[in-house]
Amino acid sequence: MFKYEENENDIYISISNDLDIYTAIEFKTLLDKVVDDKRELEINLAEVTQIDCAGIQLLMLTKKERDKRNLGLSLVEPSNVVLEAFGFLRLVSYFNDPVAPNNRKGDSDGT
Amino acid sequence: MELDLNSILPAFLAESYEGLDQLETTLLDLDLDDGDAELLALIFRIAHTIKGSAGMFGLDEVVSFTHVVENCFDRLRDDSSHLSQDLIGILLACGDHIRLLLKKVETKDPVDHLITTHGNELLSKLSSMNGMNGIDGTAGAGQNSGTKSIESGYAINDNWHISLQLSLDSLRNGMDPLAMLRYLETFGEIVSIATLVNAMPPISSMDPENLYLRFEISFNSPADLEKIEEAFEFYNEGSTIVILPPNSKVSDYVALTDSSNQDSHVGNALVATGALSRSDLNGALNPLDELIEQVNLDQVPVKKPLNDTLAENRGSSQMVESASVRVDSAKLDELINLVGELVMSSAGIALNGASSKDDKLIESISTLTDLVEEVRNSSLSLRMVPIGATFTRFKRLVHDMSNELGKEIELVITGADTELDKTVVEKISDPLMHLVRNSIDHGIENAQMRIDCGKPAVGVLTLNAYHESGSIVIEVNDDGAGLNRDRILSKSIENGLVEEGQTLDDEEIYNLIFKPGFSTAKNVTNISGRGVGMDVVRRNINDLRGAIELSSEAGVGTHFKVRLPLTLAIIDGFLVSISSDTFVIPLAMIVECIELETINDTYDHAKNYINLRGEVLPLVDLRELLTIPGDMAKRRNIVVVQNGHNKAGIVVDQLMGEFQAVIKPLGPIFNHVRAVSGCTVLGTGKVSLILDIPGLIQKAISKQSHDTSIRPMKSA
Repeated sequence: MFKYEENENDIYISISNDLDIYTAIEFKTLLDKVVDDKRELEINLAEVTQIDCAGIQLLMLTKKERDKRNLGLSLVEPSNVVLEAFGFLRLVSYFNDPVAPNNRKGDSDGT
Repeated sequence: MELDLNSILPAFLAESYEGLDQLETTLLDLDLDDGDAELLALIFRIAHTIKGSAGMFGLDEVVSFTHVVENCFDRLRDDSSHLSQDLIGILLACGDHIRLLLKKVETKDPVDHLITTHGNELLSKLSSMNGMNGIDGTAGAGQNSGTKSIESGYAINDNWHISLQLSLDSLRNGMDPLAMLRYLETFGEIVSIATLVNAMPPISSMDPENLYLRFEISFNSPADLEKIEEAFEFYNEGSTIVILPPNSKVSDYVALTDSSNQDSHVGNALVATGALSRSDLNGALNPLDELIEQVNLDQVPVKKPLNDTLAENRGSSQMVESASVRVDSAKLDELINLVGELVMSSAGIALNGASSKDDKLIESISTLTDLVEEVRNSSLSLRMVPIGATFTRFKRLVHDMSNELGKEIELVITGADTELDKTVVEKISDPLMHLVRNSIDHGIENAQMRIDCGKPAVGVLTLNAYHESGSIVIEVNDDGAGLNRDRILSKSIENGLVEEGQTLDDEEIYNLIFKPGFSTAKNVTNISGRGVGMDVVRRNINDLRGAIELSSEAGVGTHFKVRLPLTLAIIDGFLVSISSDTFVIPLAMIVECIELETINDTYDHAKNYINLRGEVLPLVDLRELLTIPGDMAKRRNIVVVQNGHNKAGIVVDQLMGEFQAVIKPLGPIFNHVRAVSGCTVLGTGKVSLILDIPGLIQKAISKQSHDTSIRPMKSA
């Protein structure tokens, strides 16, 4: 499920399910709402159980759109699944350092 | 993803089994024309495909084993001088092992230690073969750590460059590029990946279920172009995949792997020109060529491999089209059943139409009937398959057995195109196999014996098939020693099949081998000679409404002739009636029809046989047998039927003429009924029973021999 919280300065989205083709529409609907929002956007990936290209491209899109508007985006506490996929697709740098808090080195060269 | 794979797994398995069959045949063909480059390329491709698809399903055991075999084929392709009988033998065994592994996947059994050990043994044998040194490293460890050892031992070259622009609906079709890229890693190292998001539309128009990501991959692998393409096999439609070989000039290579550059050049150019949507790419091959011109790439290598790849795609899709459509045979049966019903009801319509005296109606009905007839013929032909595939399977058997027994045997196949019903093909395969085994084991002598007899050292086993008046005849001939009359006789006496002192002609003696419990082989080999066999062969063939004949000449050879109906679904029948009941007799078994009255004087009611032109003809009175009530008709007829060499007369009331009957099986409740073999529905909607002629003849003969107490031989 996607949990949505907000306060004056920040929007928090936390994802605790698969981030894949099956949840992509739901996630996108949520992103549509927040992409133009001037507040800081933080997406918590700690409980992402599975990720595929549909999920990855949505995160990339969010990053792209937020950058375009000069708005902030942080992806925080990526789960191992996410880290592994980002590592594999060499995307860590795309998302810059915010994807760091965990052990980024992890097992980034695949299984 | 997992679900999708599971649903296509059966298709993969079926294809792989077919591939293995083909592999086997091809390997055996290699026997003859040494090192044919095309055949070598073919077997390589087969192994390659199996490995590639197995990888998609994560069947590691299969992948790692097949990989080594594939490597061996690869080497052979380059240099066929190492090809030897021994190597082919091992490769055949490897094929069997792959089949075994796949079977395990199919039955979801775990691959146990024994199998793994067997696999490793095969691999080490393979690697110890001359010239196969290069795969040493993989051979031992292949089963467990396949992928790692594959990578080692190859110098770091220039890398492959793969540009992936997959169709928009890949994700929706359950294809996750991530999974595919991970698969690439099973046979190489992904040096770098650039994941490109440039093609992503603004968020407002972005469809989250479309795939917008593109990948530029630098890939280090000893695999060849075909192998890499294989990984993307499932993504063909609407996808643009460019694979650049590693031997591109270093400068080009650098320019190409500079992914951001390339993205603007190739990817965006193609899509941004607007004339071409991504999903159109596959269909529009020619415009694509033009587009590439327009884009005016200065990176020459891009264009060539792209065209190559596309050309190959074009070739392969054509191949698929020209091949066949796989249909569940149950569906086919259903269709044929329905068509059968259609034929019957159209016959019913014709009958009613004729009585209406409406010319226009009758004319339309006649057109309809013609069409229905055509529909029936063509749907029946759907079931017809050439017997060749069954014959070819024996190549392996002959190869293995002749090696094992130290005989030299050549298998000659003729009439492989002869078609017959699929069900018949399936059921005849085992009996035929038995005949072939017997011929190799007992029939054909070893080379020395043959030379001593003044025959060529190489024995010839001939399989032949042809159509003959509504049935198919399959012959299994060998030029061996022929059946040993005396040995069969003494063995039969020993086994109590014949009493001593009984006089039998040659043919009767030869036919003793079809008796249960008969075996003459001095040594029971693991191939044949266990005494369960020929009787089963005969029974199986009889169950198919077929017959087997045998002739043999000492020192010249043995000749088996199996006669089978073309299809099990329809018979040409002859309609007869008793009182108001109708029965169908298979037309092929009818010799003649005679009126009972004309020969009444020779009809011995007590013994139930007549003298037909000097021949004793046992009779079966159907009315009596089936206890049909009603008055005896004034004029009665005898239908003389024949099965093999046995003849009998069936006494019926009325002859009604020919009739094409769609056979319907009787329910299991009628299993014990000997006189009928099935039923059919007449045009009028009445049900009519199909008589089991071989059964009736047997009955007539046994009754007669019981009465007359001669020839107890036939009373089996």
